Amino acid sequence: MRREHEVGAVPRRQRGNHREWEPGRFVKEFPLYRLVAEDGELVGPPDEVTLSDAEVLKLYELMVLNRALDERMITLQRQGRIGFYIGSIGEEASILGSAAAMDEQDWIFPCYREHGAALMRGMPLVTFLCELFGNAGDALKGRQMPCHEAWRPGRFTSISSPISTQISHAVGAAWAARLKGDPMVAITYFGEGGTSAHDFHTGLNFAAVRKLPVVFICRNNGWAISVPRERQTGSETIAQKAIAYGMRGERVDGNDLLAVHAATRRARARAAAGEGPTLIECVTYRVEGHSTSDDPRAYRPAELVEPWKRKDPLLRMRRFLARRGALDDAGDERIRAGVREELQRVLKEAEAFAPKPPLESLFEDVYAEPTPLLREQLAELEAAVAADPRVANPRHSDA
Amino acid sequence: MPTMNIIQAVNDALRLEMRRDPDVVVMGEDVGKFGGVFRATQGLYDEFGADRVMDTPLAEGGIIGTALGMALYGLRPVPEIQFADFIFPAFDQIVNEVAKYRYRSAGQYSCPMVIRTPYGGGIKGGHYHSQSPETHFVHTAGLKVVVPSNPYDAKGMLISAIRDPDPVLFFEPKRVYRAAKGEVPEGEYQVPIGKAKVTREGSALTLVAWGSMWHEAEQAAREAEAEGIDCEVIDLRSLQPLDTDTLVQSVKKTGRAIVVHEAPRTCGFGAELAAILQEKCFLHLEAPITRVTGFDTPFPYTLENEYLPRAPRVLKAIREVVSY
Repeated sequence: MRREHEVGAVPRRQRGNHREWEPGRFVKEFPLYRLVAEDGELVGPPDEVTLSDAEVLKLYELMVLNRALDERMITLQRQGRIGFYIGSIGEEASILGSAAAMDEQDWIFPCYREHGAALMRGMPLVTFLCELFGNAGDALKGRQMPCHEAWRPGRFTSISSPISTQISHAVGAAWAARLKGDPMVAITYFGEGGTSAHDFHTGLNFAAVRKLPVVFICRNNGWAISVPRERQTGSETIAQKAIAYGMRGERVDGNDLLAVHAATRRARARAAAGEGPTLIECVTYRVEGHSTSDDPRAYRPAELVEPWKRKDPLLRMRRFLARRGALDDAGDERIRAGVREELQRVLKEAEAFAPKPPLESLFEDVYAEPTPLLREQLAELEAAVAADPRVANPRHSDA
Repeated sequence: MPTMNIIQAVNDALRLEMRRDPDVVVMGEDVGKFGGVFRATQGLYDEFGADRVMDTPLAEGGIIGTALGMALYGLRPVPEIQFADFIFPAFDQIVNEVAKYRYRSAGQYSCPMVIRTPYGGGIKGGHYHSQSPETHFVHTAGLKVVVPSNPYDAKGMLISAIRDPDPVLFFEPKRVYRAAKGEVPEGEYQVPIGKAKVTREGSALTLVAWGSMWHEAEQAAREAEAEGIDCEVIDLRSLQPLDTDTLVQSVKKTGRAIVVHEAPRTCGFGAELAAILQEKCFLHLEAPITRVTGFDTPFPYTLENEYLPRAPRVLKAIREVVSY
């Protein structure tokens, strides 16, 4: 049988063949890649910029929408109109810069903050909002808690709450695409907390062994709910973890849309050329709580957040575009007003749907065809609801 | 018609399906050139190559997670978990991802795959090469769970499982991997998933078993026959979906039922069967529905024969149930 354990192995005396630990070594080996400074000045080599000003402007508009959406939905949650929200305030450049660097046929395996990428891939805003309400307009039939969307037409896969499980899915899809001879590169997202989970290890290991076309995006936002990055890993950087797996790693200013886009574009090109996967660490910051269920004041001093507010990725792109003469204050206000108007209109549209999907939908899609026992259970529930409508109420005394 | 054992039947089914459908791929630990530790994938690497018969790194969670991604993209992966005891590192992927993918995406995505794994005791395997974890998966909505007992069913059900639109856990009874021999047709045929089989007709009581324990139930039924007790034996074959009709029909006829399984008794699948049968056959019952099962202990090494619900314990239960 395999998996025999070496019983009674005695630890050998350190013989001096180990490498000395040099603090700061990996920060030097993986310098932060940046193209645009906080004041919006292009500080990187101009030939490394992979986006035209028009493309940057379009992405900036999407960032503004993403930000406004997050802010509005947090308010909605506080008003009790949706049950939960988890967004990407401060992390928009990491998400949209990388997603925009992928080709149309590429698949996205999201964590739970990549709603902007879903919208980029054509998910209608109203469909996203209906998912938050879990109402009759929800493409997922009200089955998942808010912010767990899926959008097949855009090759944006289904979100689950367990951490990092999507990483090996991306690896499998990339493997399948290679077997089928398709030029597809998979991209997957996770946080720095996710690098502690086993699927990070197995996913990167499987991908590196087979040199699969995958781009791994770690949004290192500093916090896994209340646990800071230093309590998550002893590594100086996330990017250096790539070395041990046998793949390329890169550390990028995650609040620099142009840098994230350029780094992802390079990683995609290498993956497509058969040169294997890349781990990109986007250094960013979670300026809000983990989700609406979290209050960071309980564990995080406000002064830690302040410097990051100055590094805001939207502000940086706005300044960049202004310097390039591609966006003035009036233009920016037009974008923001347009986004506000769109959100207001679409929110109304979403809230007009019936609050619940039909009863029988509860039993659909468990299998391709319901089993006999599922049919019995549907009949049982229908009879129970018919006998006493209070079955559908959260507190039966409400009836 | 050729005679095969279960290993050969599984191998034959994999080969035929891989020839039929280029999207069918086999993956797992040691399944490549070596042909699997039980030889179930022997020769597939030579015929279909390293791209379709894939040795993976040693990580069950990675195997299933990767298979899920492949299935989303349109392949039909058949991952092997070397022993069912090692399926637990993949438990999260199976329960939270594979099982729910169709439901949580409301049918936008699905991830059909067949997770093959040898299970069960009686091979001197101790805790970690003997367990029968089928109940964990039957309890998870979205998975199908099947357990063949013989080569004919193993081949036909594996072909059905590979063509099934839903993920299927395919538990192979390793104690009778080579001992259970039988005639197996050449070429492809299907044994439907979700249908139990009455393998012996009788009127005194109904014995329900699956996988290697079906052989013990049959043996006990033969010995009971010598004592003048004619047992009906049902090979359940499919635990999810469950063929309630066949079970209910039989128990309404006999009025007595014994469920035999080697997994521990508490919350074992026998508990579910007993509940369903009393719900649906209450007025026909002449005796309590009885379970002959493994005990609520980890699977033992030296005392494994005592632990397993083998024919003598089943026979004792038969005598007690008919004289209740």
